[in-house]
Amino acid sequence: MIEIKNINKTFGDRQIVKDVSFKFFPSKTNLVIGESGCGKTTILKLMVGLHQLDSGSVLFDGLDFPKLNQDDQQDVRKKIGMLFQGGALFDSQTLEENVRFPLDMFTDLSLKEKLDRVNFCLQRVQLEGKNGLYPAELSGGMKKRAALARAIANNPRYLFCDEPNSGLDPKTAIVIDELIKDITHEYNITTIIVSHDMNSVIEIGDNILFIHKGENWWTGNKSEIFHTTNKELFNFVFAGEFMKSVFKVQNK
Amino acid sequence: MLMMRVFKKPQKWSVYYKQIIFEIDNIGISSLPIVAIISIFMGGIITIQAAFSISNPLLPLYVLGFTARESIILEFSPTIVCLILAGKVGSNIASEIGAMRITEQIDALEIMGINSAGYLIFPKIIAAIIIFPFLIAISMFLGILGGYVMGISAGACSSYQYVYGIQTYFDPNKLYYSFTKVVVFAFIITSISSYFGYNTSGGALEVGKSSTKAVVYSSVLILLFGLILTNIFLNH
Repeated sequence: MIEIKNINKTFGDRQIVKDVSFKFFPSKTNLVIGESGCGKTTILKLMVGLHQLDSGSVLFDGLDFPKLNQDDQQDVRKKIGMLFQGGALFDSQTLEENVRFPLDMFTDLSLKEKLDRVNFCLQRVQLEGKNGLYPAELSGGMKKRAALARAIANNPRYLFCDEPNSGLDPKTAIVIDELIKDITHEYNITTIIVSHDMNSVIEIGDNILFIHKGENWWTGNKSEIFHTTNKELFNFVFAGEFMKSVFKVQNK
Repeated sequence: MLMMRVFKKPQKWSVYYKQIIFEIDNIGISSLPIVAIISIFMGGIITIQAAFSISNPLLPLYVLGFTARESIILEFSPTIVCLILAGKVGSNIASEIGAMRITEQIDALEIMGINSAGYLIFPKIIAAIIIFPFLIAISMFLGILGGYVMGISAGACSSYQYVYGIQTYFDPNKLYYSFTKVVVFAFIITSISSYFGYNTSGGALEVGKSSTKAVVYSSVLILLFGLILTNIFLNH
């Protein structure tokens, strides 16, 4: 489990994250949602240490991550898989080398064992047989799936996903969502997804944190969203005509 | 601070070793054609200019070989070629690392628990320190050869005079001075370029700016350290 307690972050004179607390549970798809610029990606980056906290704590199974020394932080990070918004695949490496990279760095597996694991991960994200392709040769959806394969290659305990289906067509977005959900449940991973995609919220929102203007505005799950009385959350989730009709059907 | 992270104990030597081999090819071997072309032409130009300047019949013509050797070994190959490498290799390193920064590839390394500065920069520095002296040695040989070919074909001197000239008053300590400069310049080019690339923030425009800064600062520092080392080694 990951717990954030009263975290704050200011850039210049703008406070981006204001006293946010929340618990992210294992084997659940934990979503951080909110409008663009509300601070959700900042929260994600604060959690993994890419930004420094002003105050508060981030507990990875009880370990206060920001207070650990650099070596201990690296040990925690070895248990983290992260899917970046743009994939962040290494351009100079093939798909196989990208997925094998964490195994090369942190395991003493034989080459055959590593290749077996790479092929398993690629097959898991439906990219089997694409081992020799470079990131530049992949479509947006394939890049996301390849990045997911790399993120799960070393059996992470925590999986962070930053806008996993932004820029993807609805069908591919659902494939990515389903993959993340399945992987989370299969391997008992604590998964944190930052998203503003309403399909994701409705499909895989086991545990949701809604951020509004940098603050914890609402928490709940996908079923509870349909009965929310929170005005900002309602306006955010049911902004489009399609979602409004879904809301009407759900509340008949 | 960055250099402390760069020279921190590598997390896995086998991975770093592969990276060093890759960088030797990427930084060094790929620079061979440009170094070869420039060296041959510059050697030829130095010899012809020397022949043009030395029109005094009292001066022996073997001076052409001597002048070419001294110019190439002392300054042209170690300094001018390294300035050219600062342009080619330095901009390449800064833009590569800068692009990795803005596309979150460096963040991805950090989140995996990898010392990104060590993994990306250390192999480049070591590769350059290993391969640059070989590149410069080849440059020296080709420069002197270029001078020989141009000197003979332009009728400036005979083969015997040129070869005699390049053997005259040869002090091996000058090679020690030249290769010390090369190792220092290799470190300057790779570390300065990596620094600017690693600290890039923003987008494609900033990557371009980092690349330009890397070349400018590397070039200035090469000249500065060239002067300092020349004073240390040659100013008796």
